[in-house]
Amino acid sequence: MPKHDVAIVGIGQTKFRSKRRDVNIPEMIYEAVKMALDDAQLEPKDIDALIIGNMDHFEGINFSELMCGIEAAPGYLKPIVKVATGGTTGSSLAICGYHNVASGIYDNVLVIGWEKLNEGGATTGIITAFDPVWERPSLAGALGPLALMAGMYSAKYGITAEQAAKVTVKNRSNAANNPFAHLQMPNITIDYVMSSQMISYPLRLHDVCPQSEGACALIYANEEETKKITDNPAWFHAVETAHYYTFGTDDKMYDLPTATFASKKAYKKAGIKNPVKDLDVAEIYEPTSWSELSWTEALGFCKPGEGGKLLDEGITLMSGEFPVNPSGGVLSTNPIGATALVRVAEAAIQVMGRGEKRQVPDVEKALAMGFGGSLWTEILILGKEPMR
Amino acid sequence: MSQEIEKKVFRGRIKVPYKHTAGAYVEKFITEIGKNNKIFGVKCPKCKKVYVPPKMICFECFEKMEEWVEIGNQGIVKGFTVITHSTPVMPLEPPFAYGIIRLDGADTDFVHIIKESDPEKLKIGMKVKAVFKEKPRKRILDIEYFEPIQ
Repeated sequence: MPKHDVAIVGIGQTKFRSKRRDVNIPEMIYEAVKMALDDAQLEPKDIDALIIGNMDHFEGINFSELMCGIEAAPGYLKPIVKVATGGTTGSSLAICGYHNVASGIYDNVLVIGWEKLNEGGATTGIITAFDPVWERPSLAGALGPLALMAGMYSAKYGITAEQAAKVTVKNRSNAANNPFAHLQMPNITIDYVMSSQMISYPLRLHDVCPQSEGACALIYANEEETKKITDNPAWFHAVETAHYYTFGTDDKMYDLPTATFASKKAYKKAGIKNPVKDLDVAEIYEPTSWSELSWTEALGFCKPGEGGKLLDEGITLMSGEFPVNPSGGVLSTNPIGATALVRVAEAAIQVMGRGEKRQVPDVEKALAMGFGGSLWTEILILGKEPMR
Repeated sequence: MSQEIEKKVFRGRIKVPYKHTAGAYVEKFITEIGKNNKIFGVKCPKCKKVYVPPKMICFECFEKMEEWVEIGNQGIVKGFTVITHSTPVMPLEPPFAYGIIRLDGADTDFVHIIKESDPEKLKIGMKVKAVFKEKPRKRILDIEYFEPIQ
C-alpha cells in the first residue's frame, strides 16, 4: 500500500515541432522545466529528486543525465534516476515518480521526458531493441509491427480504412485546440487521410504519428506539500504496468492484451466499474489511427471489435460522452521519450480544468495510457480528489 | 552428440547520421571566434561566475545566464597530456597536447589543443594564447590551437 497520496502540482511542456533549430537539447528541455517550476511556484532548491528519461540512441547522446538532469534542470548534487523503456518511457517516468513519492522516499519529485527526434534516427534506435538474430533482418522497427497489427485487427473485426481515417481526423482537429500540439489540422478530411501515401500496408502516411521535438515536465508532491502549493492538484488514483513479449507470434499481436490486463487492475484500484461512465476523459497512446480503435476496445471503453462503432457513434469525439485524446493524441504529437508523459500531463490538465479550448466539461477522473516496446501498456488514473 | 558445432557469432554494424543543434550559446561563441577572433563567456547573475564555454544555465545556482562577457585570448595551463598515437578522429597529426586552460577573465576551464608536443616544454602554470583559423568553419576548432607564450 502507498504511504502517501501523490498529486501533480506543476505542469510544463514545450510547443512541439518537427525541428527546433533555435535550441540545443538542454535549452529545449529547460523551457518545460522552467514552466513546471513557475506553475508550482517552487524554487529550484525545493526539488528533492529528479526522474528523467528519453531514448539515448535516438539522438546519439548517451548519459543524458548531464544534459537533462544538470544543464536543463536543478539536479546538481541531487538524486537523478533515468528511465528508458521505449515508447512507454514517459509513462514509466510518470509511474516511477509516483512510486518515489507514494513510498515516502521523497516529498516531491520533478519528472522530465524529452526527445529531439530530428537529430538522429528513431527507427535505428528502435531496431536495436529487436533480437539481432531473429528479428532485425525482418520485422524490426516501429512501422512494420504496427502495420501487421492493423492488418490482423481489421481482418478479424471488419474495421475499415475509413473508420481508421476518422481517428486521424478527430485527433488532428482536436490538436488545433491545443497550443502545444505539433500537427494542428482544423480542416483535415477523411479523403485527405485516405489519399495520403501508402507507407506500410494498410498504414498510410496520415494513419501514422509524426516525429516531434520537445519536452514535458511534471512536479509531484505528497499530500502535505501539495496543500502548500496548490488548491487545484490532480491526484493519482492508480498506476499499473503490464509487460509482454512478442517475437512474431509468440504472444497475440493484436487486441493489445496488456492494455486489458493493466486497465482492469487499475480500474479495480480506482473503484471504476464502467470506464466510459466512471471516467470523464482519456489520453491514450495511439501510434496509428488503427491502434486507437483497437486500444479503446482493449481498455474496455467498448466490446472487442466495436472500436470503429464507438467512434462512428461519436462517443469519443470532443462533443461525445467520453472524449478520447482532446489534446490531439500521439497522431498529432510524438516526442517519443515525452509522448506518454504528455498523456499524463494532458490528463492532469483535464482534471484541473485548465484545458481552455481543449477542456472537456466537468472532469473528475481521467485516464492516461502509455504504449510501447513489446506491446507493453502502462495505465495511470488521475482524479480531482485524493484516493484515501 | 560428440560432433563439433561451430560457435556462430553474428556481427552487427550500426551507422546513424546524427545532427546536433548548436543552440543560442554555442552559436554566439562560434560566431565571435570565427568572425572577430574574440572569445566570449557568459556570466551568472547570482554567483557572478563567468562560464567559458558558455551555456544557458549556471548549474549550481540554476539561473539563466544572459550577460555576455568578452574574455582574454590568453590563459594559464592547468593540466595537460601529450598525444603521440594517431587515430582517424584526431584534430591534428600527433604529437600534440590537450590542455585544460583557464582563460583570463573566466571562472571555468576550457579544454583545447596546445601545439607543443615536448612534455619538457609544457608546464602547469605556463601562459598560452589562442591562434585562430584563417578560414573559419563555424566550429570550436576555429580556435585552431593554443600556443605557448615565450
